[in-house]
Amino acid sequence: MAWFKKTRKPMAAPAKEKPSRVPEGLWVKCPGCAQAIYNKDLVTTLNVCPKCGHHFRLGAAERLRTLFDAAWTEYDKDLVSTDPLSFTDTKPYRARLKAGMEGTGLRDAVIVASGAIDGIETMVAAMEYEFIGGSMGVVVGEKIARAIERAIGARMPVVIVCCSGGARMMEGALSLMQMAKICAALARLDRERLPYIAVLTDPTTGGVTASFAMLGDLNIAEPKALIGFAGPRVIEQTIRQKLPDGFQRSEFLMEKGMLDLVVDRRELKATIASALRFMGAGALATQSEAVSP
Amino acid sequence: MPLETLEFEEPIAALLKEIEALTQLPRTDARDREIEALGRRLVTVRGTLYKSLTPWQRVLVARHPNRPGLEDFIQRLFTGFVEIHGDRRFADDHALMTGFAEFKGQPVLLVGHVKGGDTKEKIFRNFGYARPEGYRKALRAMRLAEKFRRPIIVFVDTPAAYPGIESEERGVAEAIAVNIRDMTVLDTPIIVIVSGEGGSGGALGIAIGDRVLMQEFAIYSVIPPEGCAALVWRDSSKKAEAAAALKLTAPDLLEFGIIDEIVKEPIGGAHTDPAAAAQLVDDVLTRVLAEVGAMTSDARLAKRYEKFRNMGRAGIEFLEE
Ligand SMILES: [Zn+2]
Repeated sequence: MAWFKKTRKPMAAPAKEKPSRVPEGLWVKCPGCAQAIYNKDLVTTLNVCPKCGHHFRLGAAERLRTLFDAAWTEYDKDLVSTDPLSFTDTKPYRARLKAGMEGTGLRDAVIVASGAIDGIETMVAAMEYEFIGGSMGVVVGEKIARAIERAIGARMPVVIVCCSGGARMMEGALSLMQMAKICAALARLDRERLPYIAVLTDPTTGGVTASFAMLGDLNIAEPKALIGFAGPRVIEQTIRQKLPDGFQRSEFLMEKGMLDLVVDRRELKATIASALRFMGAGALATQSEAVSP
Repeated sequence: MPLETLEFEEPIAALLKEIEALTQLPRTDARDREIEALGRRLVTVRGTLYKSLTPWQRVLVARHPNRPGLEDFIQRLFTGFVEIHGDRRFADDHALMTGFAEFKGQPVLLVGHVKGGDTKEKIFRNFGYARPEGYRKALRAMRLAEKFRRPIIVFVDTPAAYPGIESEERGVAEAIAVNIRDMTVLDTPIIVIVSGEGGSGGALGIAIGDRVLMQEFAIYSVIPPEGCAALVWRDSSKKAEAAAALKLTAPDLLEFGIIDEIVKEPIGGAHTDPAAAAQLVDDVLTRVLAEVGAMTSDARLAKRYEKFRNMGRAGIEFLEE
């Protein structure tokens, strides 16, 4: 077993579904400061390097654990893609789906769940990058749209944690249409005057950015996350020059006026809770009864 | 602009050349008869060729330099067009045109991408790659239509939203996202016609409507085949394979329920007979505009929601534990 590894493996799904995976190494080398960090320390810092503040990527289940006060109720976890295009490139899409499921314990690239954030009942969708790059296909679109509709029914705020390379190519224009599906649901949420907070984490690009990631009542990003529409490589090919340092990173986007704030993960939950209170969500939560899954 | 022929249209190009050569000869009855015969052959050859186009060939037809675009439709189908410029924020985008006109006496708002004809015009239009201000102009114009209860007719024809530094800096993703969201609740009829390239988010940013029509040889895709080939095959020459895998043709999209209707094109594609192509659009447009216009606001908006809400449902199944 290696003592060092470059990137962290995703952590396991909730304990009842899958036993917690033992990390491969005791130590992790931080890509931010190149120092060795004791793996156990990262658990207490929510996977933020205690030395330089580098934010390691979080799995969807870990993300929920960092946001909810206690247990949560998961919805629609059994939805799976049928491979509607029968897509095959260098390998069949079905094989990629299978690998994604085995690697994450999930059926697709998002977990949706409701639970309390600092006492405020909230609907949260957290994307899973280890599942085909967190890409958005019909299942991700359907699960998020259902989550929003459920939140409307229960008069709950919505938080979506984005971590995605964009629309899922292997589902063609059907993935593109998930942008429309989710935006349509968000328009209804908006009309109901219910809060929606978009959390943008590394990476948030393509069709996810050009839909729900940019539509929050607040758009909050984690530090130094890659956020953009076109990928950096595509832009470099178009303009035939190197991109400036920090281009398409959180701080750059905030400077350009596209983000409301950039927040350290260790402050994220408190920031979301205070924003939700500003938006009146505390009062909403006391009105609403338990949500039926 | 002279009619250009595509690489797979070799037999058509040969016939066109023959006809062209004959027209240079002094006029005789025999010459005219031969030109006429060649013309008939041309129709047959085109018909055969276009009956079994591969997905990649359809991509080429959708991008054909002579393919009629928004400006051509404005000229043939609408009267009294007045262009509306600028987003009142930053600039006037030339790749996306908006304006009002009359369609058979009915005032309508027109929105669409413009790619440009000759090189100079293409550069002016940024080859149909709109920047954020284009999408913001479109929404501003559409709000005008909503305020005065005028239907909106959208022509989609773009390779993509412009992937450049200033596009990102000015929030092209935000501009597209806001358009998509707000178009789902915009309270006036919206008819979308994908007339050329439906390039991903750059297309979708103006393509939410009560009806989405697509011309027979147009394409609509989540990524250009070249980009898909480069990404998954790591080889951009696999574009034909990618075009087939992406299922981006009108018949495919109709089957998936992404579009509502295919608008036929003349044999050989819209570029061979723009007048006939426009007439075919006219027929469908007249009908759907009347259908959608006859609905109450509430019914129309509920139906629009349902339409996009259901996108891709067929591609999902429940897995039992
Ligand atoms: Zn560090």
